[in-house]
Amino acid sequence: MSAHLNDLPLLSARNLGKHYGARLGCADVSFDIYEGEVLAVVGESGSGKSTLLGLLSTELPPTSGSLDYRMRDGETRNLFDLSEAERRFLLRTDWGFVRQDARDGLRMSVSAGGNVGERLMAVGARHYGRIRDTATDWLTRVEIEAERIDDLPKSFSGGMRQRLQIARNLVTHPRLVFMDEPTSSLDVSVQARLLDLIRGLVAELGLAVIIVTHDLAVARLLSHRIMVMRHGRVIETGLTDQVLDDPREAYTQLLVSSVLAA
Amino acid sequence: MNAAANAQSTGYNFAYLDEQTKRMIRRAILKAIAIPGYQVPFASREMPMPYGWGTGGVQVTAAIIGPDDVLKVIDQGSDDTTNAVSIRKFFAKTAGVETTTETKRATIIQTRHRIPERELTAKQTIVFQVPIPEPLRFLEPRETETRKLHALADYGLMHVKLYEDIARHGHIATTYDYPVEVAGRYVMNPSPTPKFDNPKMDMSPALQLFGAGREKRIYAVPPFTKVRSLDFEDHPFKVQTFDTPCALCGVENVYLDEVVLDDRGGRMFVCSDSDFCEERRAEGHRGELSGEEPAFLKTAPAVEGEAT
Repeated sequence: MSAHLNDLPLLSARNLGKHYGARLGCADVSFDIYEGEVLAVVGESGSGKSTLLGLLSTELPPTSGSLDYRMRDGETRNLFDLSEAERRFLLRTDWGFVRQDARDGLRMSVSAGGNVGERLMAVGARHYGRIRDTATDWLTRVEIEAERIDDLPKSFSGGMRQRLQIARNLVTHPRLVFMDEPTSSLDVSVQARLLDLIRGLVAELGLAVIIVTHDLAVARLLSHRIMVMRHGRVIETGLTDQVLDDPREAYTQLLVSSVLAA
Repeated sequence: MNAAANAQSTGYNFAYLDEQTKRMIRRAILKAIAIPGYQVPFASREMPMPYGWGTGGVQVTAAIIGPDDVLKVIDQGSDDTTNAVSIRKFFAKTAGVETTTETKRATIIQTRHRIPERELTAKQTIVFQVPIPEPLRFLEPRETETRKLHALADYGLMHVKLYEDIARHGHIATTYDYPVEVAGRYVMNPSPTPKFDNPKMDMSPALQLFGAGREKRIYAVPPFTKVRSLDFEDHPFKVQTFDTPCALCGVENVYLDEVVLDDRGGRMFVCSDSDFCEERRAEGHRGELSGEEPAFLKTAPAVEGEAT
């Protein structure tokens, strides 16, 4: 790894804003994220977290601001200037998106193997045996038994579906993964296992992750840095431990104190 | 019969559709030929037959047919099923054109489900009736999205479908409407023809036109265009093979239909292309179930005093 490249941010947002007509989605969001870094975006529902994630993943067009991304070839591009073809290619090679509801992120009528293999086929893999080997490998890595490769996600439990979603996203070795409340629909013990898995994979693969969550415990466990949002604006940022242990803003203090002590 | 006389006798314009409509369809056809495999939307008309009976094919045929054309219509390879007979009659009546069942005499062949076994020539046009023109439809229900996928040549999904086939059945189990890539660009549904016929589309000297009436799409494969069936490197595209020759004409390596003979498991396999089979039998080929030469065939040449 060349040091000078890693000194540059992977993704940098400047004054990102989104208005839905007169209504504010989010405004003035600026931050940098580096390779291997996990950034948590927390806040109550309606605080603009999902809008922000939509903007960052270029699914929503912004009202204002810019978003620069360092591509695999080292060139930094403004994401909103990419052509549709380039954008899609980026989305399924260099990026991943783990949805809150696995049904939005998976093809429910396609087998687990097909779900994992889809990205490979989309970038031109045409050898059935090799696609299948890679899919088997990834299923094992996310703790899904290899013999379930031909089962439909419909027959999977909630936790397995989330893990399948992760395998499907990581199979092309992305550098940046967006996660939208990946654990919120799971019960606590399954949550813990999934978080463990995510933490392991993130460390192993050196992923940059932007994770949106309303669960401060998830943020504390996974993230290096944290961004607190309220009414569409970022009100506090900093190292996760620092912000959670010593919140500066009144709202953050409220948020932290509202978590039940475990 | 010339066009004016025909109009007088039937009350319809030549080939049923009015000239402006035919012009609109021809424009769509020209565009389709210019962009091989691309689905061109057109203002499909109500036809005097139900959707599913080939209203798309009929409109394409009506737009290209002339008084000198000879029309053949087949349904599942056969010239004498209801669908084929009615469409042939339709054009015999509204256009006054000559119709035929012989592949070699036809200039326009409208078809549902088959491409004739006899190799088509540059003087012929084959018109396919298409129920569902969109190859991505069952994988991606949104039309806006499928159009985008075509525009970006983003066809990974097609392979997901084939992957699922192999995962479930051990081989690619899609046997008809097998997706093809046309001229290295667009992925196209060849209409519900068996995949047996896919290789016939490749570099065919005949113009191939596809009309989907209900879905309002026309697409085309111009003559001598590369048509490749999608596959995997380790599961290459293969056509169906049959263990037995045709029971009536004894031919091998053509597409056969199974005909149930009795309720005790008796069955025979015969050519699906009825004209091809008849032609071979007329040439004296015999299959195991064709039995003795029918009396009328025996006696007919005898009258001429020729040996058979």
